[in-house]
Amino acid sequence: MPEGDGTSERMIAVLRTEHLTRVVEGRALVDDVGLSIERGEVVAIVGPSGSGKTSLLRLLNRLDEPTGGTVFYEEQDYREIAPRELRRRAGMLLQQPYLFPGTVAANLAYGPAAHGERLPEGVISDLLQRVGLPGYDDRDVSRLSGGEAQRVSLARTLANGPDVLLLDEPTSALDESSQLGVEELICRIIGERDLTCLIVTHDRAQAVRMAGRAVVLEAGRVVESIPTSEMKHAR
Amino acid sequence: MLARFFADTLQLGVAQAVVTFALALVVVYVARRQGIHLERESIVALVRGFIQIVAVGSVLVFLFRGPSWVSVFILLLMTLAAAGTAARRARGISGAFVISFYGIAGGAGSVIVLMTWLGAIDPRMASLIPVGSMVIASAMNSNAVALERFRAEMKSRVGFIEAGLALGAAPDRVVAPYVQAAVGAGMIPRIDTLRALGIVWIPGLMAGMILAGSDPVYAAIYQFVVVGMIFAASGLTSVISTLLIRGRAFSPAEQLQLSVQV
Repeated sequence: MPEGDGTSERMIAVLRTEHLTRVVEGRALVDDVGLSIERGEVVAIVGPSGSGKTSLLRLLNRLDEPTGGTVFYEEQDYREIAPRELRRRAGMLLQQPYLFPGTVAANLAYGPAAHGERLPEGVISDLLQRVGLPGYDDRDVSRLSGGEAQRVSLARTLANGPDVLLLDEPTSALDESSQLGVEELICRIIGERDLTCLIVTHDRAQAVRMAGRAVVLEAGRVVESIPTSEMKHAR
Repeated sequence: MLARFFADTLQLGVAQAVVTFALALVVVYVARRQGIHLERESIVALVRGFIQIVAVGSVLVFLFRGPSWVSVFILLLMTLAAAGTAARRARGISGAFVISFYGIAGGAGSVIVLMTWLGAIDPRMASLIPVGSMVIASAMNSNAVALERFRAEMKSRVGFIEAGLALGAAPDRVVAPYVQAAVGAGMIPRIDTLRALGIVWIPGLMAGMILAGSDPVYAAIYQFVVVGMIFAASGLTSVISTLLIRGRAFSPAEQLQLSVQV
């Protein structure tokens, strides 16, 4: 296939939405959104509070049901994919870590165990090493700081081996120093694993640091989709 | 002392009720002196309770003369009433009445049927209805406690539940700790009842049997049988109701439904 015409392997849309809409009690939280995210692309969803950023991400993970339109993962309508399989392929990191009571290792093993799998020997330690928490395997989650908990949450999502990473304000609950640390970590892991990533953020500077493209939402609608290098000119 | 003045059973009963009423009024008066004003509620409750229980007694006089299938009909009505009461206590849960009905009918109903078939409950109406009503009432309480606990757990753990779902876990697995907590909450009062049986309290049925001239040892054993049935029915009801509400908490696409989060 010819290069540069949008049809090379790298240009295949891993994730695409068509007229994606969610209306709750007469209010459109997500309104006719059409997105196309290519393999390995990192896209920031930005916009003011209440613009539908988190609602859009929840639809992509199918934590909520669209009232109109749909999502395609690798050109397959996601309603044809079993929800559990879909959520495994499109791993979502919530704003708060919500670690389950118990050890760090048990949290990392949760996703694979839910699918009847056991993580191979050393995978948990390796993941913890990658998120900067070596030796934390047996630590009780109640003893973790906010930044540590969010790193464990990221490792827990990665333990599922997702192709797409959906990040909902992953650093908003952290103090400034932890924010930058977690941000760098996420960027490094996305690069290492060649993950496709959507990151919701209210912080445009963070969007510029982490993403190559920004999709601007207002009142649930996409009003702009631009390279983050042009963010200053974004509305 | 009253028995010396009233030879007729009915007259004696009325006299005993009057004395009890007077005693309750003394308590209301003492409470009033302490600034606790419950006069109206207490008097209304006393009068209402007296009328209700006498009405039930009068109806039973008629029913006991009727065919035995009437007891099944009465127990069914009791189950419906219990489901209604439990559903009112579990407000905010959609379909609470239907869930409570299935839970109580499944839990209390199966225990009553099994124990009657085995002969642990006398199938005559005079025995089946009082014992059945005790089992249904306890199942109702356990049902309400379990549903309320499950609702409270779900409401306070939305983030954890969605974190589990987002990892691709099955809803049953995600809410398993909250199902266990709800069933446990429904059963704990019954376990306490079994523990305290005969030590902290001598239940009404046993006291009634002794008063009616039964052998105290047999009365004690039968009371244990009834408390055991109540335990089994409450446990079964809690399990059925909680599993039914769990099923309604998620959509077919395994999304947490708002109706349970309220």
